[in-house]
Amino acid sequence: MTFILLIEQVLNGLQFGVMLFLMAAGLTLVFGVMGLINLAHGSLYMVGAFAAAAVAGATGSFLLALAAALAAAAAAGALMELLVIRRLYNRDHLDQVLATFALILIFSEGTRWLFGSFPLYLDIPDALSGPVTLPGGIAYPAYRLAIIAIGLVIAAGLFWLIARTRLGIRIRAGESDREMIAALGVDISKLYTIVFALGAALAGLAGALVGAIQSVQVGMGEPVLILAFVVIVIGGIGSIKGALIGAILVGLTDTLGGIALPAVLRLVTDNATATSTGAALSSMLIYILMAGVLIWRPQGLFGAQA
Amino acid sequence: MKLKSFVAAVCMGLIGTAALAEEGKVKVGMITTLSGGGAGLGIDVRDGFLLATKMAGNDNLEVVVEDDQRKPDIAVQLADKMIQSEKVDVLTGIIWSNLAMAVVPAATAQGKFYLSPNAGPSALAGKGCHPNYFNVAWQNDNLHEAAGGYANDAGFKKTFILAPNYPAGQDALTGYKRVYEGELAGELFTKLGQKDYAAELAQVRASDADSVFFFLPGGMGISFLKQYADSGIDLPVVGPAFSFDQGILQAVGDAALGVKNTSQWNKDIDNAANAAFVEAFQADYGRLPSLYASQGYDTANLLLSAMAKADVSDADAFRAALEAAEFDSVRGDFEFAANHHPVQDIYVREVIKEGDVFTNKIIGTALSDHSNVYVDECKL
Repeated sequence: MTFILLIEQVLNGLQFGVMLFLMAAGLTLVFGVMGLINLAHGSLYMVGAFAAAAVAGATGSFLLALAAALAAAAAAGALMELLVIRRLYNRDHLDQVLATFALILIFSEGTRWLFGSFPLYLDIPDALSGPVTLPGGIAYPAYRLAIIAIGLVIAAGLFWLIARTRLGIRIRAGESDREMIAALGVDISKLYTIVFALGAALAGLAGALVGAIQSVQVGMGEPVLILAFVVIVIGGIGSIKGALIGAILVGLTDTLGGIALPAVLRLVTDNATATSTGAALSSMLIYILMAGVLIWRPQGLFGAQA
Repeated sequence: MKLKSFVAAVCMGLIGTAALAEEGKVKVGMITTLSGGGAGLGIDVRDGFLLATKMAGNDNLEVVVEDDQRKPDIAVQLADKMIQSEKVDVLTGIIWSNLAMAVVPAATAQGKFYLSPNAGPSALAGKGCHPNYFNVAWQNDNLHEAAGGYANDAGFKKTFILAPNYPAGQDALTGYKRVYEGELAGELFTKLGQKDYAAELAQVRASDADSVFFFLPGGMGISFLKQYADSGIDLPVVGPAFSFDQGILQAVGDAALGVKNTSQWNKDIDNAANAAFVEAFQADYGRLPSLYASQGYDTANLLLSAMAKADVSDADAFRAALEAAEFDSVRGDFEFAANHHPVQDIYVREVIKEGDVFTNKIIGTALSDHSNVYVDECKL
């Protein structure tokens, strides 16, 4: 493995990580503040991608498409909170899982009904298409660099929001003692809707950004959702910092593990076996990482002590 | 006494007519993927199959369709339900080889016929072949072997090859390597359902490959091609038809233009059956048919041709009628090899743009009257 290849793979891992962060941030906020397990978070990711594909198809503008993804996912999230989720806060986790699983099915079939079963077209904007050459002669797709930048900017924005604004103070207060802040006169149900819509908008943005390099189709959110859960378990539930570190850790482990393992196995066995066993083992790596973190720190890297 | 014998006669008569009504009836259970990521493939197979039954207007054919969600456990449950409570005579529909491996051996062991409109894993073509199992599409290796043949013709010397890590993906790389004569610049297995290929593309870029062969059906292919176009890698690409199919070309867009791919079918194959199929499919569903739709359509027509000759309750006669394969295939000539997989021509297609629609046109024949290498392993 050459140095350039290594750098390129680290960038790939970073890009995958910040995408996971956008998904995991909303999930961890909702879990931390409201104590709710939202399986339908992946559906919001899909809503964002479909809204972006529809608007990009109609207008040809990628920026409008991103705006539409944010708006559509935030609106879907707020609506979901008002109609369904609100009734689940006092129920146990099993009821929440059941209800939000039903939402996945409703969103998936609803999207299929609206857009059909065949994947939609969403392409990256012309300005960001093709590779750019980084110092050291590394050719790397401009769009993926832009995703890394957008993800990091949003991470910074979220830290600022949580640490420096009144909304952030309320979110943190809601996390530690929701009865108390309700007693202090904060409209807790409005706060919940805002947090939920914020998380939804981030998921929608992730869906639109990723949709442009992957495929926009029904069911695209569920595989990402599983990884996002792994991220928040590693990072610690409710912690934005944990979500960021966890996401980048998962992104790097998955990308670099997929390259390194077959190469290492090739030293001890023949090529075909190394390729297939390496591929099988590397897909387990992030779960092994999660298990390791759970043994070492059951509350996650940045989770509050239970 | 008289009354009693009259009643008995009426009963006999009723039984007779009941038996008569059953005569020639065939109940088909279709298990296919209608939801989730791979839904486009299953929907095309179903639509092609149902179009053929509608055009034939045969009242004796009853079709039950169920969604397997691309999950082997669900496919097994559905097969049990169809065999036990729906009492189907024939099963069909499965898209994915891992699902076929879970369902087909058990179903054929219970004496049901299975007609595969898509999945053709090597395990079911060789030692695991069964008198009641027929594949109407291809043995999994076939289109990849053709791609290897095309690579030789095009003068590729160092190909980088990749496929997902599941039975059909392994068959794909085996098939390509069987015919391809050059060296490999690299060989990779990806995860089934993987969407991000940045890591793989970086390895392609770092290798000294002169071409890329990949088998990534459905949404995986869309992601790969878009990312390939964006990566700035400028090597020629070759692959089987699955990643360049009608259902996904529009989502890939310009990134696929000009790519060569191998297929046993295309909408411009010149024969009456194909022309009628393409026209009827567009009229009924408002879209161009795909490879999968053609396979579903041929599967139904094979079944209808067997029904015209034999009763499904006479398994030996029905099997012989299926083996004869006397139907007008949209592929033109069609016959079964000894292990019940097709012997057929495989073409090279190029992705073109007709008006606003991306589609394929045939530019040559990769392999003529191509069978499969597993025939000798099969004891039929």
